[in-house]
Amino acid sequence: MHRTKLFDHVILMMGVFFMVGPLLVALMTSSHEAADIHRNGLQILPGGHFIDTYTTVLTKQGGFTGKITGLRMMMNSLILGIGFAAGKIILSMLAAYALVYFRFRFATITFWMIFTTLLLPLEVRILPSYEVMNTLKLTNTYTGLIVPLLASATGTFYFRQFFKSIPDELLEAARIDGAGPFKFFIDVIVPLSKTMIAAIFIIMFVYGWNQYLWPTLMTTDESFFTLVRGIKQILLVWVGSNIPDYNEAFALAILAMVPPVMIVMIFQRWFIKGLTESDK
Amino acid sequence: MTNTPSSSAMSATLAAPAAGGPWGLFGRRKSASKPPEETDAKRVQFNSRLLPYLFLAPQMAIIFVFFYWPSVQAIHSSFYLEDPFGFGSTFVGLANYTDVLKSGEYLGIARFTAVFTALVTFFSLAIGLLLAVKADGVIRGNATYKTLLIWVYAIAPPVAGLMGMMMFDQHIGPLVKFAAFFGWDLKVGLNYNDTAFAMIVVSVWKQIPYNFIFFLSGLQGIPVSVREAALMDCRSGFRRFWTVILPLLAPTAFFLLIINTTYALFDTFGVIDVMVKDKAANNPITLVYKVYMDGFRGNDLGGSSAQSVILMIIVFVLTIFQFRFIERRVHYN
Repeated sequence: MHRTKLFDHVILMMGVFFMVGPLLVALMTSSHEAADIHRNGLQILPGGHFIDTYTTVLTKQGGFTGKITGLRMMMNSLILGIGFAAGKIILSMLAAYALVYFRFRFATITFWMIFTTLLLPLEVRILPSYEVMNTLKLTNTYTGLIVPLLASATGTFYFRQFFKSIPDELLEAARIDGAGPFKFFIDVIVPLSKTMIAAIFIIMFVYGWNQYLWPTLMTTDESFFTLVRGIKQILLVWVGSNIPDYNEAFALAILAMVPPVMIVMIFQRWFIKGLTESDK
Repeated sequence: MTNTPSSSAMSATLAAPAAGGPWGLFGRRKSASKPPEETDAKRVQFNSRLLPYLFLAPQMAIIFVFFYWPSVQAIHSSFYLEDPFGFGSTFVGLANYTDVLKSGEYLGIARFTAVFTALVTFFSLAIGLLLAVKADGVIRGNATYKTLLIWVYAIAPPVAGLMGMMMFDQHIGPLVKFAAFFGWDLKVGLNYNDTAFAMIVVSVWKQIPYNFIFFLSGLQGIPVSVREAALMDCRSGFRRFWTVILPLLAPTAFFLLIINTTYALFDTFGVIDVMVKDKAANNPITLVYKVYMDGFRGNDLGGSSAQSVILMIIVFVLTIFQFRFIERRVHYN
């Protein structure tokens, strides 16, 4: 019995090594100088240039992209992450509320129209979506970055499921007290959904922050680049130069992963709850 | 499989993830006799002519503009040949489709996509399951392992691709040196098979935490009484896992199979885009990447749209197939 447990730990540690190792190496390597990395390969111990590298990446204009600083990219990422998460929650709560708590004529067809969006991810209709954005003149705007990503109904189904689990008695009681649909929504539904809103916010924030394909298409103006979008630029520099700025490339990669990783770590419980009880 | 209320209740508790999401909807629909819209309805509802439409309006508006309009557009332009300089377009019927399907290059990419999807799905599920079973088994350090193993979930695919580029770099990559130790001259970005290998490793790495989380929560949903009964009946741990635990995890595994297939087909775009570094010519790419290349680099609107429609059909058929045939074989009880 004892031996099997030891074996279990060995497997788990190998798993942790495989999963976390590359991240640690990236973090450590980013604190060395480019020439040093070029000579001696990747590093597993901290070097002395942590602050220099990150200051350069965050504040130097044109470090990689010519015009913008890492700080600006980080802000864009935050706008995308928060805007997407907030938009998704508002839209889907309203729609789910209508589907669950109202009797209306086109309920069935509305339901299926929303459901269909789950079948076709954005990736299969990128070109026409881009054309539509061009027609609407929304390229290189935050609206164009965020709103089209909202055209999928994952959140709606999540809230619909949750609203269905709320006991009917609450509505009966609220109606006896004379509460209308708005009052019931604000005073009963929203407070009850607090934990769910938090969980879905975390998941959607990470999803929005990590978007790559859509920002790549929508933003050609560098002042709208997000950190994840900027990865592409890192590589173009990487390919061409003599001694590539490995350190700055890794620093930017670390910056791109720190906020979502921290959020997942800190709110781990909500995050897992939201993930396993809903869907991405 | 019977559709008794108890079996559906059982499936709902055991397949917590599957029953919660949109996919669970199908499960629910199958086990309940009525379509979902009717069973959803609360006994008490508001009666208002206008309000439900008001609440639905924002969501529906966005779906129409950014989902239905582009989808219809894709189908429409797949039948036309667009002038690259924007001087009108001509109706060509199915020519775009036949061109695509006759192209050896396209079929090669389709073959690679199938292999890639199968391998990524298999390995990320297998490793995720292995780690979940082990993490569920140990008592000491359980929480620590869990925290460390789910980190990577939060990393964007292109960032994961960048990490891969680093580990497989010709100058500084430790994995290249490791492979050289076994006499394997790993040349990612130059050699087709080596690049494919690196892409698969990175894509699997990125997806393991997701599967781990779901398998672990599935395992923790198995009642202690069931485990104890199994322990009494069967001494062999492996057989116990195979005959008792795995069937109970089937709903979770089924749900993950769909999610992982979708992931390998679509979400790996970032990984691939970073790893082929704009030199897609002699590197492996997937069908989604091809749509992107033809549409945005090649300016072949008709061909790209036809490919989009083909992908739509593939996703559609895959979803229907998975629900109709695979779910039937899953034991919920």
